[in-house]
Amino acid sequence: MRLLTHNMLSCNIKGVSNGFPLRLEAEKWVEKEVELNADFLRGIFPKIEWKALAGAARAIGYDQLPDEADASMLDSDDFLRRFHHALLELHVEEGALVCPETGRRFPINKGIPNMLLHEDEV
Amino acid sequence: MGVFTFVCRSSGADWSAKQLTGDLEASASSTYELQRKLVQAALAADSSGGVTSSFSMVSPCSAVFQKETEARKNRVMPRPEIQAPPEIFYNEAEARKYTTSSRIIEIQAKISERALELLALPNDGVPRLLLDIGCGSGLSGETLSENGHHWIGYDISQSMLDVAREREAEGDLLLADMGQGLGLRPGVIDGAISISAVQWLCYADKSFHEPRMRLKAFFGSLYRCLARGARAVLQLYAENMYQSEMIMTYAMRAGFAGGVVVDWPHSSKARKAYLVLTCGPPSMQTSLPKGKGEDGEMCSDDDESGDDESQTVGIYDRNRPRKKLKVNKKGKGKEWVLKKKEQMRRRGHDVPPDTKYTARKRKARF
Repeated sequence: MRLLTHNMLSCNIKGVSNGFPLRLEAEKWVEKEVELNADFLRGIFPKIEWKALAGAARAIGYDQLPDEADASMLDSDDFLRRFHHALLELHVEEGALVCPETGRRFPINKGIPNMLLHEDEV
Repeated sequence: MGVFTFVCRSSGADWSAKQLTGDLEASASSTYELQRKLVQAALAADSSGGVTSSFSMVSPCSAVFQKETEARKNRVMPRPEIQAPPEIFYNEAEARKYTTSSRIIEIQAKISERALELLALPNDGVPRLLLDIGCGSGLSGETLSENGHHWIGYDISQSMLDVAREREAEGDLLLADMGQGLGLRPGVIDGAISISAVQWLCYADKSFHEPRMRLKAFFGSLYRCLARGARAVLQLYAENMYQSEMIMTYAMRAGFAGGVVVDWPHSSKARKAYLVLTCGPPSMQTSLPKGKGEDGEMCSDDDESGDDESQTVGIYDRNRPRKKLKVNKKGKGKEWVLKKKEQMRRRGHDVPPDTKYTARKRKARF
């Protein structure tokens, strides 16, 4: 799972009003190089919750992202590269996602988060 | 499948037979007559389809007769939806098919290409973030990746997702149930496709499943997570009218505009229905594209060109002009005869040897 997906996911349990961001507990992660596409990054930037991205990146040991970001920074190549690396090149392999409200853990196995809910959570 | 075994004995001129495990019996004056009677007796007990039988003598006055009735193979492809829930139906063996069967791979690729076309993303070369609902082994996702898009795949079957991982699917995979809602932030997704998955929602596989609630949860969450104006293209195999109506109703209730595009409506095999939904109120942009093959054009399995231009010129076999027979005054010639003879020899036919007379030229006056 990439941080791009983590940034889009929120907790789906019935009655949870504030299910975003899921806290990332990473045990194992890998880096896979992907070609940088500036157009995609500019397009996706307004949809990214920056705080959640920076927090998740820090959870897997990448602290090159600034705490705050705005659209003007997209002109800087250096920023784009860091943004790209955090968003698309870091893959969480093992770990868990934790709902901020209920504390429910969604385990991540072999890079695939298990988001299946129990009967009483639907 | 029923297997009937009989022990046959002769006493003087008459033969009698008794079933080894059971109480079918017959007697006759000859072994031929006996076999006929036994087959009839067995067919009366189990008449499911074809019959194979064998009669073997053990000693001059005793024999064993065995007969099998084979259940006829189900010609109609059974719907997987009525066999088992998806997470159980798509087990390792079923998932394996999606890596080994080139036919499945080709069909999936074709459908997903068409779905991507119906998605009508702006043609500016910018990659988008798409959803693949019921991504399975990532075959449809592959098409998305080939077109440069990033995607998030949902599936409920762990085995299928394992295969997707093996195939190195480039999108992110989630083990989730679409009937529980997608669980995404609002307005972040640029489009969604789903290949042969949504009809699963119409089946209640667990005691607490309520198809209507699951459809509502699915379409509700899909509507929320899509950006305004984004499209969702869902290819589905509805079992009957009620199902497609129910699916459509819940899509409309969630706020989607759109309808069903049917490709190849006249073909029972190639017919594919796509639910094309647009997020937001109806407008010019939400008008439905036309299905392929609606005006009676033919679909063929070998149209690899795939573009609309070449497909509209298809014509019915009936109207196709006969191929002109090649008439050659000189005849076929020696080379052709030798080639044909060689061909027949290879097939194991008895062919006369080649001699100096083979296909020799006749004199003109002949």
